[in-house]
Amino acid sequence: MTELSLRLAVSLAQIAAVMGIVMLTVMILTLAERKVLGWMQDRMGPMEVGPYGILQPIADGLKLFFKEDIVPAGANKFMFSLAPILAMVPALIGFAVIPFGPSETIELFGMTIKPFVISDINIGVLYILAFASIGAYGIILGGWASNSKYSLLGGLRSAAQIISYELNVGLAIVGVLIMAGSLSLVKITDAQAGGFWHWYVFAFPAPQIFAFVVYVISAVAETNRVPFDLPEAESELVAGFFTEYSGMRFAFFFIAEYANMVLVSCVAAALFLGGWNAPYPGTILAHIGLEPFAWIEGVAWFTVKVYGFLFLFFWLRATLPRLRYDQLMKFGWKVMLPIALANIVVTAIAMYIYNQFK
Amino acid sequence: MDYLLFGYFAGVIALTAVFVVAFRNPVYSALSLLIMFFHVAGLYVTLHAEFLAAVQIIVYAGAILVLYLFVIMLLNLKTDDRYHSQWRAAAVVGGALLIEFLVLLAGSLSAPPAAVPRVDIETGDNTLAIGETLFSTYLFPFEVASLILLVAMIGAIVLAKREVPETPAS
Repeated sequence: MTELSLRLAVSLAQIAAVMGIVMLTVMILTLAERKVLGWMQDRMGPMEVGPYGILQPIADGLKLFFKEDIVPAGANKFMFSLAPILAMVPALIGFAVIPFGPSETIELFGMTIKPFVISDINIGVLYILAFASIGAYGIILGGWASNSKYSLLGGLRSAAQIISYELNVGLAIVGVLIMAGSLSLVKITDAQAGGFWHWYVFAFPAPQIFAFVVYVISAVAETNRVPFDLPEAESELVAGFFTEYSGMRFAFFFIAEYANMVLVSCVAAALFLGGWNAPYPGTILAHIGLEPFAWIEGVAWFTVKVYGFLFLFFWLRATLPRLRYDQLMKFGWKVMLPIALANIVVTAIAMYIYNQFK
Repeated sequence: MDYLLFGYFAGVIALTAVFVVAFRNPVYSALSLLIMFFHVAGLYVTLHAEFLAAVQIIVYAGAILVLYLFVIMLLNLKTDDRYHSQWRAAAVVGGALLIEFLVLLAGSLSAPPAAVPRVDIETGDNTLAIGETLFSTYLFPFEVASLILLVAMIGAIVLAKREVPETPAS
């Protein structure tokens, strides 16, 4: 029994650490987005709260926490409260299978612990896809329960969009799965060790460049970000599915969106860009004799890759105008889907031939 | 422990399945169905079929039920009373199912439970096993099933597609 409770304690500590990091990242992102957008538009961004505006996220959080919580008349109260939770839980739960650092195990209290992944289950990728698809419920139900035309339209748009682009995300990943021969994110990341030419974007015999592009575009669409933010298009729908939300419930939707961004960035980094593996063989810290600290370098590389993706999100937002709805659907089904399918066929054939001659 | 988990999952599945047909509000029905899908997936996990569990959630909860919700909201059915007084049909179907259940129960009481080989969740690769079985032992049924699905897909497109007139109707 003590072993079970110890294991539980360790797992809870890991979950708390990951949640803390994710929440901190979300806080940083809210500021970083406004700063980056500001710089790109030749502005300063938020400057008032704290030195250089760096305390802005705390001020935002406090404001949202103390705002009045309004439930519109005629709204379905139960669903209205449930929807933000349904949106936020799937966004956070996916982090359980993300490997943040090297997969070596440490011995602690007589049991083996993988310090940088909460749970290395052998269907890791599917687990993330499964919960990403559940995120749509929060948005649809939030739109429906608000009893508002704008919210409902936003929710319905988002449902159609998420279903369409989820398919492309899933199919884009398949190429990587064929090459890795595993669904575990830890194993996939380990298979990409030894330099950037082993990363699946560039790896022989079937570089997943097309799959990577499809994944990134679909991931932007699935997180409802510009240029695919039709569910919350201000000019048409006020604010889409969360028009009627205020206070903490709005904050939940907000956190869910940013946590989803972090999650898809983590998945992209782990699947296509080698996860925590450095772009050169081994690690510098190990080469100069600091083997026990090599994990710092791994985690740092992972962080760099994830933040690179997050910057891409901001960059797109500052650069591209919003798509029209029919363009969005046409693009998803007539361009992205064929590319993803062709990529699977080509990758499968290439891997087959490669394994014959190996 | 296994029985406890099975009892929990089976109980919730039965309860939410009843809720699906009992709720007047179709959105609540859809949500009950969602909870049910999750518990079915949980049941798969206790059977060490985690691949099936993930697929269950992706396909049923992630795609099909979202489409149901979509339709419910587009049609904006608040409470549709047309289908709420079918107890005669329900009694016939329910009676037949009850007899079947009793027969099966009587059969399973006499027969010894079949030994199910267990795969360790840490070492066994459930996905690999399913893939190899599908593409060797059950290759023909698998291909037939995919062909049937393809036909259904084409059929849906044919039914939904309308010829766009060359010139706009005046």
